This record gives sequence, structure tokens and C-alpha cells, in this order.
Amino acid sequence: MIMVGLAILLWIFGWWLNTRLAEGPYAGTRAVQLAVPLIFGLTVIGVWELLVRGLEVPLVILPAPSAIAVRFSESIPILWADFVQTILKGALSGYVIGCSAAFLMAIAVDRWDFLRMGLLPVGNFVAALPIVGTAPILVMWFGFDWQSKAAVVVVMVFFPMLVNTVAGLREATAMQRDLMETYAASYWQSFFKLRLPAAMPFIFNGLKISTTLALIGAIVAEFFGSPTVGMGFRISTSVGQLSLDMVWAEIVVAALAGTAFYGLVAMIEKAVTFWHPSQRG
Amino acid sequence: MKQVLAVLAVVAAIVAIWYAACIPMNIKGVLTEVERAGAEVVPAGAKERRDMNEFALAARNSFAIPATWAQDRPRLPAPHQVVAELWETTVKKKITSKRSLVYHGWVTLSATILGFAIGTGLGILLAVGIVHSRVMDMSVMPWAIVSQTIPIIALAPMIIVVLYSVGVQGIIPKAVISAYLSFFPVVVGMVKGLRSPDMMQLDLLRTYNATNAQRFWKLRLPASMPYLFASLKIGIAASLVGAIVGELPTGAVAGLGARLLAGSYYGQTVQIWSALFAAAILAACLVGLLGLIERVVLKRMGMAQ
Repeated sequence: MIMVGLAILLWIFGWWLNTRLAEGPYAGTRAVQLAVPLIFGLTVIGVWELLVRGLEVPLVILPAPSAIAVRFSESIPILWADFVQTILKGALSGYVIGCSAAFLMAIAVDRWDFLRMGLLPVGNFVAALPIVGTAPILVMWFGFDWQSKAAVVVVMVFFPMLVNTVAGLREATAMQRDLMETYAASYWQSFFKLRLPAAMPFIFNGLKISTTLALIGAIVAEFFGSPTVGMGFRISTSVGQLSLDMVWAEIVVAALAGTAFYGLVAMIEKAVTFWHPSQRG
Repeated sequence: MKQVLAVLAVVAAIVAIWYAACIPMNIKGVLTEVERAGAEVVPAGAKERRDMNEFALAARNSFAIPATWAQDRPRLPAPHQVVAELWETTVKKKITSKRSLVYHGWVTLSATILGFAIGTGLGILLAVGIVHSRVMDMSVMPWAIVSQTIPIIALAPMIIVVLYSVGVQGIIPKAVISAYLSFFPVVVGMVKGLRSPDMMQLDLLRTYNATNAQRFWKLRLPASMPYLFASLKIGIAASLVGAIVGELPTGAVAGLGARLLAGSYYGQTVQIWSALFAAAILAACLVGLLGLIERVVLKRMGMAQ
């Protein structure tokens, strides 16, 4: 009971601290803006730990954060192998193939008006479908190893990327296109000097959406069959063995990988589209 | 009109490519079958053909090409086979039958809608809290945004098993997965929407001496509607994916996800494809329905463009 009381106290203290910070005179500074969510996160983890210990929640329902951390540090080799199999081999290769294929397709689509008018509604439609469902088919075609996971990722990222790139390539205004025309620019000159740079914010939007989709595709595809390594495989087998601390450790890896992947793309975006109003702040 | 024509042309092209792809995908299996039935095949023997190019095989055994569109368990079923299976399992079967796609679709759909309702409700509530409380905004909002970059669907198998071990089964675990998948998009979209009124409009309400509640009901909430519908459409698609994935670890009892898994266990490709198309049709209907509601609501509110 003491633990539960402590948990309530910790929650009140964390909230009080955040209230003081958020409504205090330094609320606008960067340090406070970083500290407040951090304090909130730490409070949640602390309350979680205390509640699990205080109420003696069994491991098969919810492991304590400390137990997850212990498991994480003990099984770093396994987690690393899973990370390489799922993220680096499955998700990343599929992401690169899918996004480049969609990019090239978008250039072709943009060149022919008829193709654009026909393919864009279809692409928009397909982008809203549960494409994860193709996983069993692709696993059947490409085998259990990472190739089938990459194939699922390719199918998942293709249409969001295509739709965004096509929209971006139409972003340059008629005035700007006319200017290029008066310079007697060829198609490829005006493409590389005007329309591609103008499309960059849209392209990066597509790339950022695709990062999450790539991880989802790679992990879910492993639920349909995989070699004895991989994050999706580890999650489904550990759930079967009721070792939930391992599942949570994999989820931590997935969260870190997802955030890092997204952050990396966002950083490249910042460097490439420094001229865009949304980046100038 | 030209747009419709273009879309039809693209769809026709996709179907044509699909039919063409069936030939190289299925030719080896077909040749093995017809050879067993006693037909002349060049070259003879499945072993000889194993490493051969599929297109060369199809060219040398052109009599077998129609059979690639009518196999029992093809690697890639032809479009008409999928349509026939869809028709067979939706219209011709009784909807109470275990083999009816309407039955399985309903199992998935009910979990999706329940989860979507819970997720959307909680999402809107949290968004209201975030907009009205600076502390909540600063502490919760960054996490809501970060959570969008995480493949939270990885939690699905665990939620099923944990809820099962505390005695909850059936529709609820799937609905929980659907709910948390639709939760975060709604929060992020709704916060954006509730913040969309500009300074001028807020100032006007202040000059009217409007209370906080009045400002919320008369300005912020109506202004957030376009944003809400945009995120609802994302949310319902995510909910459906959540319900389908939530059916995988339960051992394939009922639902579209179960049909997918059972099909992949037993090599029933036509069943997988028809379940996939049923899921696609379901998603299209749900998104389309939301789009329709959006049009009507925005029109009545005078916000339609």
C-alpha cells in the first residue's frame, strides 16, 4: 500500500512541477519546453514502477519498467540480431526500393496528363486500403526471409509516396514555369532547377509517412512466417511464452528505431528544404 | 468525363497486367498438373523445368496458358477467380455460415467500429484538454506526436494475450487495438483544428464577453470540423488494420484477419485474395461513408468549399 501511496504522491508532485514550469516565467524557453515532456515521461514510468510493485501485478500482465530494462540489457545481442533482420534488412531495403520506384513512377505519371488523371484517384484509393493484408501472399511468393518483408514494405510505401510526389511536382506555379520557358529551358532543366526543388516539401512528407509504414509492414509481415530471428517473430513467440518483459524490450527497440528513422528523414528534410516557410520558423 | 475515362483505362491496364502476370506465375504448377494428366509437355519432367525461365516455358507450351487462369490453388489467382470466390462467399452462402465472408467481415467490422468510437471519443476529449490546459499541452503533446512515428501495432499480440489472461476475450481486445491506433491521429488532428481559429476571431468573442465554454462551443468546435474529418478518415483506416492484425494471434477463429491467416496456413490463395479484397472494399466503404458525412456536415455548416 505504501508503494501505491508513493505513486499517487509522485504523480501529484510531477504534475505540480510541470504546472509551475508551464505557467512560470520561463515557459517559453527551450529548456523548459524540453523538460516538461521529459518530467511527464519520467513520472509516468515512476508511477508505473511503483504501481506494479505495490499492487504486485504479475509479470504476465504488465512487467515493471525496471524488469524491462534488465531484460533489455541482458539480451542486447538478440535484440541487435532482430533489429538487423527486421529494420536494416526488411524495412530499410523495402523503403529504399519502394520510395525510389514510386519517385520514378511519379515522374512518368507527371509527364503524361492522362496517366496522372487516371492513376492519382486509384493511388489515393489504394493508399487508404489495409495493404498489410498482402503480407501472407508476399510471404508465400518470396519465402520466409527478409525478401518477403521488403516486398511488403515496397507495396506499403509505394502509393503514399507516389501520391505525394505527383502532388509536389505540380507545385510550381504557372508563372514560374513560364519563366523557365522564356529561358528556353529544356524539360529536364526545368525539372531539376524548378519543379524538383519545389516538390521537395511534398516528397519529404511522403518519405516521413513511409518511415512508419515501413516498420509496420516489416513487423506485421513476420507474424505470417519468418526465420527464427526478427522483431515480429520475437514478439509473437515471446507472447506465446508469456515472457512479456522480452516483448516490451522489443517494443522499446521498435520505438527507438521508429523515432530515429523519422528523425533522420526530418533532419535531411531540414537541410534540403531550408528555404520553405515551414522550416524558417 | 475525361477523368472517369482515365481512371477506367488505368484500372483496365491493371487488370490486363494481372492476367498477364498469372501466366509466368502459374505456368510451372499447371505444366506439372497437365503432365500428370497425360498431356505432352516440352521439356518433360518437373525436374527439367524447375530452373527454366517461366516465359520460355509458357511460349513452348502455349496450349497450357488458359489453364493458368483456372487453377485450383494458383500462386496468383486470376481476377475472375477472386471475383467468383467473393460472389460465392458473400451472396451464395448463408451469412451465418462459417465460410461466409459477410460473417467474417461483420466480426472485423464490429470490432473496428467499436474501437474507432472509443478511440475517437477519447482522442477528442484529450484534444480538448490539451487546448485548454497549458500543462497538458506541454507534457502530453510531444509524446502524442512522437507516438505517431512508432509502429505501435507491434503491441497488438501482447494486448490480446494480456486481456485474455485477465479474462477478457471476444470483441473487446480487438477493439482496444483499433482504439489506440485511431486515438493518436485524432488527437493530433483535433488539436490542430481546435487551434485553427485565428487571433481576430478569438478577440471578437472576447469583445462579446464570451465565456470559455461559449468560445469552445461556438467557435473552436465548429472551426475544428474539417480537421476532425480529415483525421477521422485516417483513423478509421488505421482501426481496420488494427482489427485485422488483432485477429492474427488469437489462432484464426473468425474475422477477415483469420481468413488471411487460415488461407496462408493451408495454401488457399483464392481465399487470401478474396479476404484481402473484402477488407479493401470494407475500408473503401468506411472511408467513403465518412467522406459523405463530411460533405453533408460541412455543407450544413456552410463550410464546404
